[in-house]
Amino acid sequence: MITAGIDIGSITTKAAVMADGKIRGTRVIFTGYNAEQAGTKVYEELLKELGIEKSDIRKVVSTGYGRNSVKFMDKAMTEIICHGAGAHYLNSRARSVIDIGGQDSKAIVLDEKGKVKNFAMNDKCAAGTGRFLEVMARALEVDLDGFGALSLRAGDPSRISSLCTVFAESEVISLISKGEKRENIIAGIHESIAARIAAMANRLRIAPLVVMTGGVAKNIGVVAALERKIGMAVEVSEYAQVNGAIGAALLATGLK
Amino acid sequence: MPEIVLFFLAKIKKLALHFKKKKKMKEIMMIYYMEAKSARISGRKVAWITSGGPVEPLIAMDIIPVYPENHGAMIGASKMGTDLCEKSESMGYSSDLCSYARSDIACATVNGGPIGGLPRPDMLVCCNNICGTVLKWYEVQARYFNVPLFILDTPFCHTGYAEEVQRYVRRQLDEYVLFLEKACGRKMDMDHLKAVGKLSLEGQRLWQAVLATTTNSPAPMTAFDAFYHLALIVTLRGTPLVIDYYTQLLEKMKDRVARVIGAIPNEKYRLLWDNIPIWPRTRWLSERLASHNACLVADTYTSAWCGTMKYINENNFFDSMAEAYTRIYLNIGVDEMARIVLEMVDRYKVDGIVMHSNRSCKPYSLGQYDIQKIVEKQRGIPCLMIEADMVDERSFSESQVSTRIDAFMEIIKQRKGD
Repeated sequence: MITAGIDIGSITTKAAVMADGKIRGTRVIFTGYNAEQAGTKVYEELLKELGIEKSDIRKVVSTGYGRNSVKFMDKAMTEIICHGAGAHYLNSRARSVIDIGGQDSKAIVLDEKGKVKNFAMNDKCAAGTGRFLEVMARALEVDLDGFGALSLRAGDPSRISSLCTVFAESEVISLISKGEKRENIIAGIHESIAARIAAMANRLRIAPLVVMTGGVAKNIGVVAALERKIGMAVEVSEYAQVNGAIGAALLATGLK
Repeated sequence: MPEIVLFFLAKIKKLALHFKKKKKMKEIMMIYYMEAKSARISGRKVAWITSGGPVEPLIAMDIIPVYPENHGAMIGASKMGTDLCEKSESMGYSSDLCSYARSDIACATVNGGPIGGLPRPDMLVCCNNICGTVLKWYEVQARYFNVPLFILDTPFCHTGYAEEVQRYVRRQLDEYVLFLEKACGRKMDMDHLKAVGKLSLEGQRLWQAVLATTTNSPAPMTAFDAFYHLALIVTLRGTPLVIDYYTQLLEKMKDRVARVIGAIPNEKYRLLWDNIPIWPRTRWLSERLASHNACLVADTYTSAWCGTMKYINENNFFDSMAEAYTRIYLNIGVDEMARIVLEMVDRYKVDGIVMHSNRSCKPYSLGQYDIQKIVEKQRGIPCLMIEADMVDERSFSESQVSTRIDAFMEIIKQRKGD
């Protein structure tokens, strides 16, 4: 059976196609202005790449902020349940999932079957999300992909104390004008995100094995800072960014 | 009295008589505000009072009680809160302050809002059993209107109720009566107060009975309905009007139970609400939950107006008022609150709790995470936390709240094997 999952996030849109319990292919594009268009585009592009016809797809599940904006899905489900399913599929020992997406971060506790036992999400503030990193990357004039590697070279991480993205940005700007090294500032930013996420994760009493999903999982600096703050190892799959789409495709197999 | 005034008063009386038969909430509240607004003409006094304040002495003195918090809820429900909050901020009040306080303070200066502002007070009665903000809020209004202010100080009861607290609050009740006598220029009729106390207790009993009808499944009404019907037990308890209204409502709900009519078309999941409603979003929230076949069957908010009946002595209402007004839900420790929540979880057989972390109301929102932990540990049901505000719509993010509700309902469905 072939199924598909579409995860329309605030920054990127992801698609995954699963066939008989195996990942056939995944794709990531920027969401841009039109969520519906992005969802349709990533789906069609992936099918074309894999040489699969739409008629071959049994069911489609959409998730993410734009989950209700596409018309071709059979069911819309939230990121929580999709990330839980995806994480369990990629690593059946996973009991906790930390997902940092564009405008949301969440901690999810799973049972041994991959069912969601409980979850917590960030408050309305953007601090502690991918958007926070984007804003900081712009202020520092560094490519976001370089953030992780740069931060590992930091000698003495700066202290970013503000809880607000906008205020934290002005803190960063004043650090820049004081001549603070980029890598120290970036490491400080990672510490600040990790502290927020750790507080949320601890409130939920997460247990090992902890896996991290979402685009921010690609940032090795955040992962390392998070491991220190929660005092547990954090595993990142190569499919971390498309984890939600994989989970959606998996959940699609259960649809009647 | 000028003829036009007499005509106006006669008109109100006639309307009041007419609606006494039908007893619709909207009309009752309309008459109530019309009477309060024409108090100066009819020679009656108006007192502004906090939602948790002892209203019975006012009723006994024929003073019209007016509730800025109830007004705040009306402002929120009619989506006029953001404008008024912004207005108060331009007056210099911080956006971190309570949105009831902000919108009331702003409204007093512009006579805005859904009813063109509250009737001018002759006196203010502030009881700090609900929060500390009311002290400063009422001081501001006392200066603005240049009217006397009475403050009833009810110490916080972390556990139990000390003898010293009883003496301290009881003595203030004497001062309260003196304050009212001075403001009105006449003596309090203590026998009449006793009768008002009896009616108040009777009203609370009826309100509790109305709320208890939702222990039935399907629930004949939702907490959203309770938010609406609440207005009378808050504003006019101690009057016969309240008894009539809730007697009829109780009959109606019992009838719905007997005929197995649910408040939502297909009740599958039962939820408990904690905190003050998100007034501008009650309809949205109720539809969102109903789309998941979820019904808010009970809440910690409306039940607060019948929560301390066990402390009231029917034959000695005045003395027992001290304890009943001191040990209310917002003036007790988190462990006590959690015990009440657990009782409600059991009584109403709920599948989950929806908590509104209310940016405005710190006393209500502080401790919610602890209560959540206690409930999850002892009853194993999930809790959802919604971050918002009771009036200020700027603190509400629809898409974020939607995702949280949908995910919460997915978990409840999964747990129930649906």
